[in-house]
Amino acid sequence: MGLIYALFIQGLQMVLVLVLAPGLLGFTRKVRARLHRRQGPPIVQPYRDLYRLVHKEVVLADNATWLFRNAPYLIFATTWVAAALVPTFASGLHFSWAADLIAITALLGSARFFLALAGMDIGTAFGGIGSSREMLFSTLAEPAMIMLFFTVSLVAGSTQLSAVATFMVTHATLRVSLGLALIGLIIVALTENARIPVDNPATHLELTMVHEAMVLEYSGRHLAVIELAAALKLLLYISIIACIFVPWGMAGVNDDPLAMLIGGATYLVKLGVFAFMMVMFETAIAKMRVFRVPEFVGGALMLGLLGVLLLFVSRSF
Amino acid sequence: MERFSLDAAHLLAGGMVLVSFMMLYQNRILGLLNVFAAHAVVLALSVAWQAYIQHAPHLYVTAALALILKAALIPLALHRMVLRLGVHRTIETVGGIGLTMLMGMMLVALSMVVMLPAAADADPIAREDLALALSVILLGLLMMVTRQNAISQIIGFMSLENGLILAATGAKGMPLVVEISVAFSVLVAFIVIGVFLFRIRERFDTIDTQVLDDFRGGRE
Amino acid sequence: MPIVVALASIAGLFGVAIAMPFLVSRPGLATKVAYVASAALCLPLLGVGLFGLLGGNASHGELTLPFGLPWIGIHFALDALSSFFLILVDLGAVVASVYALGYGKHEHHPGRVLPFYPAFLAAMNLVVLAADAFGFLVSWEFMSLSSWALVLSSHHDGDNRRAGYIYMLMASFGTMMLLLAFGLLAGTEGHYAFSMMRLSAHLPWVAGLVLVLMTLGAGSKAGLVPLHVWLPLAHPAAPSHVSALMSGIMTKVAVYGFIRVVFDLAGPPSWWWAVVVLIMGSVSAVLGVLQAVLQRDLKRLLAYSTVENIGIIFIGLGLALAFKTNGMAGPAALAATAALFHAFNHSLFKSLLFFGAGNVLTGTGERDIEKLGGLIHRMPRTAYIFLGGCLAISALPPLNGFVSEWLTLQAILISPNLPQWGLRFLVPASGAMLAFAAALAGACFVRAFGITFLSRPRSPVAETAVEAEPVSLRAMMALLLLCLVAGVFPGVFLDAFGPAAHVLVGSSMPPQPLLPTLSIIPISESRSSYSGFLVFFFIMMASWAAIRVIHNLASRAHRRGPAWDCGYPDPSPVIQYTADSFAQPIRRVFGPIAFSAQIETFMPPPGDSRPARLKLSLRDLVWETVYAPLQHWVMFAAERLNVLQFLTIRSYLSLVFAALVGLLFLVATWA
Repeated sequence: MGLIYALFIQGLQMVLVLVLAPGLLGFTRKVRARLHRRQGPPIVQPYRDLYRLVHKEVVLADNATWLFRNAPYLIFATTWVAAALVPTFASGLHFSWAADLIAITALLGSARFFLALAGMDIGTAFGGIGSSREMLFSTLAEPAMIMLFFTVSLVAGSTQLSAVATFMVTHATLRVSLGLALIGLIIVALTENARIPVDNPATHLELTMVHEAMVLEYSGRHLAVIELAAALKLLLYISIIACIFVPWGMAGVNDDPLAMLIGGATYLVKLGVFAFMMVMFETAIAKMRVFRVPEFVGGALMLGLLGVLLLFVSRSF
Repeated sequence: MERFSLDAAHLLAGGMVLVSFMMLYQNRILGLLNVFAAHAVVLALSVAWQAYIQHAPHLYVTAALALILKAALIPLALHRMVLRLGVHRTIETVGGIGLTMLMGMMLVALSMVVMLPAAADADPIAREDLALALSVILLGLLMMVTRQNAISQIIGFMSLENGLILAATGAKGMPLVVEISVAFSVLVAFIVIGVFLFRIRERFDTIDTQVLDDFRGGRE
Repeated sequence: MPIVVALASIAGLFGVAIAMPFLVSRPGLATKVAYVASAALCLPLLGVGLFGLLGGNASHGELTLPFGLPWIGIHFALDALSSFFLILVDLGAVVASVYALGYGKHEHHPGRVLPFYPAFLAAMNLVVLAADAFGFLVSWEFMSLSSWALVLSSHHDGDNRRAGYIYMLMASFGTMMLLLAFGLLAGTEGHYAFSMMRLSAHLPWVAGLVLVLMTLGAGSKAGLVPLHVWLPLAHPAAPSHVSALMSGIMTKVAVYGFIRVVFDLAGPPSWWWAVVVLIMGSVSAVLGVLQAVLQRDLKRLLAYSTVENIGIIFIGLGLALAFKTNGMAGPAALAATAALFHAFNHSLFKSLLFFGAGNVLTGTGERDIEKLGGLIHRMPRTAYIFLGGCLAISALPPLNGFVSEWLTLQAILISPNLPQWGLRFLVPASGAMLAFAAALAGACFVRAFGITFLSRPRSPVAETAVEAEPVSLRAMMALLLLCLVAGVFPGVFLDAFGPAAHVLVGSSMPPQPLLPTLSIIPISESRSSYSGFLVFFFIMMASWAAIRVIHNLASRAHRRGPAWDCGYPDPSPVIQYTADSFAQPIRRVFGPIAFSAQIETFMPPPGDSRPARLKLSLRDLVWETVYAPLQHWVMFAAERLNVLQFLTIRSYLSLVFAALVGLLFLVATWA
């Protein structure tokens, strides 16, 4: 019985992230529009878009290969698996030991690898420019993420997100290193999700786009799957930050359904608050030049390294 | 509670190191002024926290001084000065930002190595705060060395001085007189430098120290 | 007994090498005989290795043959460590031989390759089995010479001749360092057998000097920066299956030499050894991959990536040394196992990638990726397998490269407990370098695969490429499957490598739970765990489910049309992103620091008909700071010594006489 319950909760988590992800995107768009004093599309618009896209016919370029056709599903699958392993409303899920923070980073790296290859498959100038820049950003964002996760795991004594969350609830303190990690993770999250100071998700101006340039040739259900993966990725980053820095309210794995409900409600609140803060930040800041981005992300790497260094020197930082 | 007050002190001191790094990263002069104001605000918070946990009311005065002088007056004055000098453009760094940041990291590591074993038996607040304060001082020096613009050099100098105050408040029992005199000496230095800047500008039409060096070379 | 089988197989390999010159008149037959015989003779060696590794910690036999040094003979021994490397060598050798059954048909001058190929295999096996200084050095030198001959197999090319020359110089230098190291270890009593060296106690400074000499000697063969200069020249120059062996296997034999001496023979390490090894490892990892990102020659790119991976292995070894000196058995075992596992993994995927490059080379005759593109249409199988290799080497789950790097990172996370301050600063820095190198490797292989196999053909040869022989593809497929198995079931491999790690650090990782989780747990379950199987399973299930759901419930229609390209389609393939333009952002960001990159642009004013020019200069700082001054001094000394060539007989005699008297005097004062 306990096993079935645990499996059910794990399955619920997988479905939950999938269902919530487009809604989160819709919410950010709505808030953004309101901040611009526009009415904005309804929150359910991303769901409608996805529904419309999956029912459309796919138009493939003449020389598109099997890699191009399969990449969206692989990108989606790796992102989904990563997102399913991050504790959202409950920690210590049944399969949470399958991958730790480093593995989650690497899973996202797999998704990026396929996305960049898909961008190069047709052999257009735009696809290449997107892939090239995406890989440039990743060369700094990925080590930054690893170092920031190092900081967190050195404090918590574990690289398992569930264990980190439990530690943070029981031993919550103010730490210099955790402060550094929070700022760094926000920078990485903005970069990896192609948010404003790095990339503008709402534009098709060729010189400013990175993510959009890579998926330019996609249409129909392929595009839908990629968009869904991008939404999942945003949800995943917010969930990670929430799970590490504000783990309160999360249910344990064996708690009763009521605790799970409370966990779910607090999770929704956390998502809303973080998304709102992100949009506020985006609205207040201008997009950077491409070659200013490495300095921005490099800052996150420095923060991670500084945090790890401080913790290596003295455990009380 | 003991644990918490210690952690908060560290967090604030660490915040100062972080803001010092932001200053190294910032290469626009008006942005730099804002970051410097933030540096002073964090300093004021840190000093006020020290006053609270050490039960030393005179430190509140220091905090207030830092807040009024360094977070408000000096940045505002510098802001006006920058606008009047017309130098609110991108400033150059020697060696690139990435390299400067790396050097900064090494300096932080160095100050840790120096301070932590040396003061191993000291009070843990003082010990780690001192290490962080030394980092702030070294980062201020690094800033002065890597920047060519006279105004950013001034800011580097003043952030260095913030580090000194952080170090002084972390060690218990620093008399107020010393602090006030330090604060005022900085103010005086600031005024003197400000006056000099305008004189230099009038004479040479630039405040880029590299160019000033060239002038000296040309005279010989 | 197993050691007799091993030596008999090695003798067989030498026999094949000797027989080859008599068969060159019939190249087709000779190719078949050479590679079939090599594969068949390496299989028993592989079996011996498996037997030795799975048989536990004990020594599995020693053998002394009555030649070699007089009265001493030549010793061979088989323990878990040599068994592990025997597996590496012979797994690679078998697959390379099978691959060469197809690839070798395209060889223009088989007579220049076939005699040396079995000899090269035999020499690498001998290095691993040798158990005295003499046997080790002779086999080592034989390995260098036979691979040198293979590098020069297409010596019409001036670049290859230069590569051969530099390789020869570096190899001689390396062997000299090893000779000195063994001399120090043997001591004044002349204990040349490894078993004697292991027993005798060495003074700390002697042991330290041995470490430095081994880092120089074995490091130059393995390709540690700054001793790597020959590697990106020589590895690509050889035929591709030999490149695979040199990059995938021979570098591991060098790692074996380093491990054997430093961990096994030199006695207890000092903590500063870890500093040396960690610095060399981290610098190699980052500089190697930074160079690899910028290369246009596919095989040279792979060779530079070897430098990176050797760096990662040495980071693991450095951590193992650091833990070993401080008596931390569990972490030491973790770091040592991570290093061994990465060595194993790298031998798999680097061989695979070099085979892929070989297929591209035979299919198009081109190594410059700037002239390739779109090969996925003409060579679909090669593309598929090469993609797998790229994923593995970029450390992406669920393949094997990720597991070994994950283990190394886990080892780094334990190291705040180290007492030495120097290490506490160095270890996080090397962790950051490792993560940075892994991310750059991702960029490097997206570029390598994307430019070579994807997009549209950039030259006529790319349009008319032909797929490789089926037998070669099967060999590559076997490697890819091994990569997948090692990534999905890493626990099995970690358990198997336990005895080898035990030789290194005197402890091995706890046995990994096989069921029910199939996950690997380096320290404890609450700390970290990873299950390659579940990750693989979930990815497969999730993508399958997504495809099924969308195809069944929504739409599965598709239609072909011209590429959209934001409304600016251009039929010319020239408009595509090229290899150089792909690497440009990375070069621009990291080039000024790593290569002192400088760009000069010349824009003629309007109305001027001169062309605009962009001149980019990248400087190889290692070459300029280490080798150029060295070369300068050697030339200087050579000119000064030139007088010695023009002396009279009488002065030569007096020089010899003076040297003799001087040596006698030295002996007299020494005693």
